[in-house]
Amino acid sequence: MSALTFTVKQETAQRVDMSPLVCHLLKDLSVADIAAIELQNGKRKIRVDELFTLSGDDTQNIIIKNSYDKLDFIAKELTDGVMTVEGEAGAYFGISMKSGELTAKGNAGLYAGCEMKNGLLTINGNAGDFLGAALPGNKQGMKGGTILVKGNVGQRAGDHMRRGNLLIEGNAGDYCGSRMIAGTIAVMGTTGRYLGYAMQRGTLLLWQQPQLSATFNDCGSHTLAFLPILFKSFKTLNSKFADESVAFNRVQRFGGDMAEKGRAEVLVKI
Amino acid sequence: MIINGVSIDETFAEAFPMKATRAIITAQNEKWAMISAQAMTGFATSVIACGCEAGIERVLDPSETPDGRPGVSVLIFAMGGKGLAKQLETRAGQCVLTSPTSALFAGIDDGLQIPLGKNLRYFGDGFQTSKKIAGKRYWRIPVMDGEFLTEATTGRVDAVGGGNFLVLAESQPQALAACEAAIVEMKKMPNVIMPFPGGVVRSGSKVGSKYPALGASSNDAFCPTLKGVTKTDLSPDIESVMEIVIDGLTKEDIDNAMRVGIQAVCDLGAENGIKRISAGNYGGKLGPFHFHLQEIMA
Repeated sequence: MSALTFTVKQETAQRVDMSPLVCHLLKDLSVADIAAIELQNGKRKIRVDELFTLSGDDTQNIIIKNSYDKLDFIAKELTDGVMTVEGEAGAYFGISMKSGELTAKGNAGLYAGCEMKNGLLTINGNAGDFLGAALPGNKQGMKGGTILVKGNVGQRAGDHMRRGNLLIEGNAGDYCGSRMIAGTIAVMGTTGRYLGYAMQRGTLLLWQQPQLSATFNDCGSHTLAFLPILFKSFKTLNSKFADESVAFNRVQRFGGDMAEKGRAEVLVKI
Repeated sequence: MIINGVSIDETFAEAFPMKATRAIITAQNEKWAMISAQAMTGFATSVIACGCEAGIERVLDPSETPDGRPGVSVLIFAMGGKGLAKQLETRAGQCVLTSPTSALFAGIDDGLQIPLGKNLRYFGDGFQTSKKIAGKRYWRIPVMDGEFLTEATTGRVDAVGGGNFLVLAESQPQALAACEAAIVEMKKMPNVIMPFPGGVVRSGSKVGSKYPALGASSNDAFCPTLKGVTKTDLSPDIESVMEIVIDGLTKEDIDNAMRVGIQAVCDLGAENGIKRISAGNYGGKLGPFHFHLQEIMA
């Protein structure tokens, strides 16, 4: 069996809801059934075979080729299986993903990995705002799993994040880790303003010196025993995070946000 | 059966089902990991009065420990699950949490999960933080030397306790030398501990006593000073008897440990005053695990 491949014929002017094309929903469908599925495209419906050329038949290994930034909700609630996007992914990429592996070879839009439960989400390019965050009005963002971004991320990465790892090889925008409940965000590049704004618990692990708010207090330099275990857990990733040379266990610890519970920490490599 | 002049009795050791767990203690160096492990496994020779039987299984290389520091693995055995959980938590709290630079990890992933640091976290008075890494939950408890890292739970498994053999010798120094030789070899075996001081017990017991309040009393049949006044199991040339008790995660683990231990004793042989190897049992009525000496050494 070869991977079920959806190759975009021509980009649409309006956005497309891709949520029906996910491994667990296609599991028992024939290629003909899949071709007949109608996707929401703006205010009209579009048949799958109108938008894509289909090939392959392995519904547990899906590839979307020539993808563009108007394909939203790709891999929504993905439960097992592998999905790969060759090109750009739209908004809500991997929203509420439950398990499995999801990869975007290009950039991803707003709310990528938002309210994710488990699994591995990799974005080889950049990610938009609200990566791993909660949807507007909701109180808990990502609750588990790992999001790996090899490029940069926008603002509010990990907003309301509850658990899991958010790993960013590039730079993070303003309000990184804002209102974070718990979990770990690691940023190898630079971070923007208002880092950890209203953060309750959790860890921001940084390679570069951040611009910290007055509500984060210096707790001194320390060797922390959990860091080697954390870095060891990254070893299987195809990422700079798996490289032993980037690991460290000596950090400057800043506690905060003192305007909130003050139980969170920003750990900066020293 | 006679091995190197040592007679192997046609008898068996009788052992009991127990519950067990393993914990891994790490520290800045092996010295402090060992100090912590010794404290945690202290006063744990027999469930008769200690609440559990515990011992150091082996020293761990940094490459074998979760945090990459030198470590020591300890095994703890108790008669029931509740008792084991209580002993584990008490000992972890008083002996490992308190020990400088220490960290504490699960040594068994499978089985029913019992609290390791799950409740010790409250020592952090609200400043404790949790990290879930690769499916395992850890607690980071702020302490005066930095941070105490502990895994939340460890696995509890069914195990076997009370495997044993007796070394009967012509003199006390010879009995002790033989037991020391056995312990050196048995300590190389995985999944077992010899919980008595130095691995050797000189006060083997029998079930019951003339005093109704006591459940166990001196095994007079193997006491050399009573040879003439009780129903003895000793020949006139036996002057000293010592016992090695083994707890293991499985019957096979105890089989293997007994085999290498008895072999080490027999290697010293009759020329070093070792006369017999025997074992303690209760007629096969109390424990479901029987370790027949001659079968093990066959």
